[in-house]
Amino acid sequence: MLTTMMRRAGKCAAVAAAGLMMMSAQAAEPIKIGSFLSVTGPASFLGDPELKTLEMYVEKINEEGGVLGRPLELVHYDDAGNASSARNFASRLIRSDQVDLIVGGSTTGATMAAVPMIEQAQIPFISLAGAVVITTPVKKWVFKTPQSDRMAAERILADMKDRGITKFGLISGTGGFGSSGRTQTLEVAKEMGMEVVADETYSGSDTDMTAQLTNIRNTKGVQAVLNFGFGQGPAIVTRNYDQLGMELPFYQSHGVASDSFLELAGSAAEGLRLPASPLLVPESLPEDDPQKAVVQNYKAEYEARYDSKVSTFGAYAYDGLMLAVRAIEEAGSTDPEAVRKALENIKGYVGVTGEFNMSPTDHNGLDADSFRMLEVQNGDWKLIN
Amino acid sequence: MFAEFLQYLFTGITIGATYALIALGFTLIYNASHVINFAQGEFLMVGGMATVSLTAMGVPMILAVVLAVILAGLLGIALQRLAIAPARQADVVTLIIITIGASIFIRGLAQLVWGKQYHVMPNFSTSEPIEVFGAVLNSQSLWVLGVGAVLVVALVLFFTKTLIGKAILATSMNKEAARLVGIRTQMVLMLAFMVSALLGSVAGIVVAPITFTSYDIGVILGLKGFVAAAIGGLGSGVGAVVGGLALGIVEAMAAGYISSDYKDAVAFSMILLVLFFMPRGLFGAKVVERV
Repeated sequence: MLTTMMRRAGKCAAVAAAGLMMMSAQAAEPIKIGSFLSVTGPASFLGDPELKTLEMYVEKINEEGGVLGRPLELVHYDDAGNASSARNFASRLIRSDQVDLIVGGSTTGATMAAVPMIEQAQIPFISLAGAVVITTPVKKWVFKTPQSDRMAAERILADMKDRGITKFGLISGTGGFGSSGRTQTLEVAKEMGMEVVADETYSGSDTDMTAQLTNIRNTKGVQAVLNFGFGQGPAIVTRNYDQLGMELPFYQSHGVASDSFLELAGSAAEGLRLPASPLLVPESLPEDDPQKAVVQNYKAEYEARYDSKVSTFGAYAYDGLMLAVRAIEEAGSTDPEAVRKALENIKGYVGVTGEFNMSPTDHNGLDADSFRMLEVQNGDWKLIN
Repeated sequence: MFAEFLQYLFTGITIGATYALIALGFTLIYNASHVINFAQGEFLMVGGMATVSLTAMGVPMILAVVLAVILAGLLGIALQRLAIAPARQADVVTLIIITIGASIFIRGLAQLVWGKQYHVMPNFSTSEPIEVFGAVLNSQSLWVLGVGAVLVVALVLFFTKTLIGKAILATSMNKEAARLVGIRTQMVLMLAFMVSALLGSVAGIVVAPITFTSYDIGVILGLKGFVAAAIGGLGSGVGAVVGGLALGIVEAMAAGYISSDYKDAVAFSMILLVLFFMPRGLFGAKVVERV
């Protein structure tokens, strides 16, 4: 008799406790932001600042009271630049962590590997990778924050045209970024009536590109050279270019838009031009530039916290997180379809990368003008236009 | 036309000399134990990274180099003592797998200590390129070649003239017999790992101004170095050098004359061809016969 009573009382207590826990969980249930980034491996210079940025701002937003009165919780995995791990982690984020939305995917390869999973699960995804294929054609659940490589090609080729250049040599990395950039450059060149007279490649592990550059130099009619790639490769190309004493105008893509590139390439980078985020030249922006304050804030906060320089790539994560927060606030809930709709209708959000104007036909929301044209002068970035 | 050819040749020699230096490290440990030490690339990385970080801390270049080489040497001893020696009964394949594990461990450690970014090391002498008949050569390439040549000669003398060198060869041929004639084989193995680490770190230091250096540079260069060693015939110092130079020159010529897209394919076809017709590599058989 006593034992049954005890058992019943125990059951009641257990039910009450469970109920209480559920109630308190309801009150402060966090909004789960999932992320998979290339924090280690060959693309770590993308993923590392991205993760640091996400961690820092999730913390900051929580200190300020969270979103919709709920704290944010970052669930993060490191795909080490490997597309198949990215896919597995996306699956884990969706199935077992049950995140509300995903901000991540440092590289195009990782992003594209995860996309089918995300489309199927129907949760909003904001990618931090560059290639145009991510949002063209538009995929219902996929958004991205960096300008596409196509815009970079448009910006570079327009600058060449202004200088009266119509024939140029192209050298590109064989990785996802370089080969997509190469394809876009070839297409844009055709549309703009320009001619790619030499077309060379190098792999990410190459330590000397002199042979390829010699070929470009010896091509008849070449008026400028464009290198499309990221990592240490472009720095080696820049040094080889200088060693060969090549005098032609030299362009790089936004793949090298970070101060560490200047450090690696040294004086060899003098005079080269590239399209980049205004983040590299916060001081040179005119006072009436709407991005000036955002850019300066992000730079100051990041550098104060991590004692290392900001990079364009961390800014992609900043914009991704802020877009997500804004969409959730506008949707008033974390309902996937409502958040997706809100993301799609974001207008006039001024981020570090540019001003975002999303629409049902444009899930990137930036135009080529969000790139600033920079030139390396006296070992530092100089704003051209 | 000639200037072009010369430029490709110079490029090939620069790349090739890098591969050759790494291949030499593989050769040494292979000679001692028939183990292919896949942590060889990590010795290379430690040499370069330690030198860069020490000079950044204000240590004079020469002292930084010496300290980095010592650090790598200690790492080599630690690798043999802590990972290889406890598994002395294991067969060669197991030992090779252990070296792969060790390389991942060292890389992880380096990432924690030095971070993930690439670092620059200035050229030893001038940064001005040298011009010969219209082609240019990075002055650092001469350092790589020169240091490589000195190391090859030193290794040949080490194996043929010194007792320790001969003991290493004897251990390699037959461990049991070597032990019977009084050679302390574990000690010999430890020495081989140490010398190989020294060699790797020196290679890492002289090539760093050309390739930059980062925690994972050993993966890429280590693989190419291993390929070079295999072409030359594992175990032959001269073979390592010839294999490395051949691989570099073929890569550069392929990039120049055929297409940069097929550069790696051409290089790997060459390896297949060499190993198909000479399974022991270009210089493999000779060393074994001589001993």
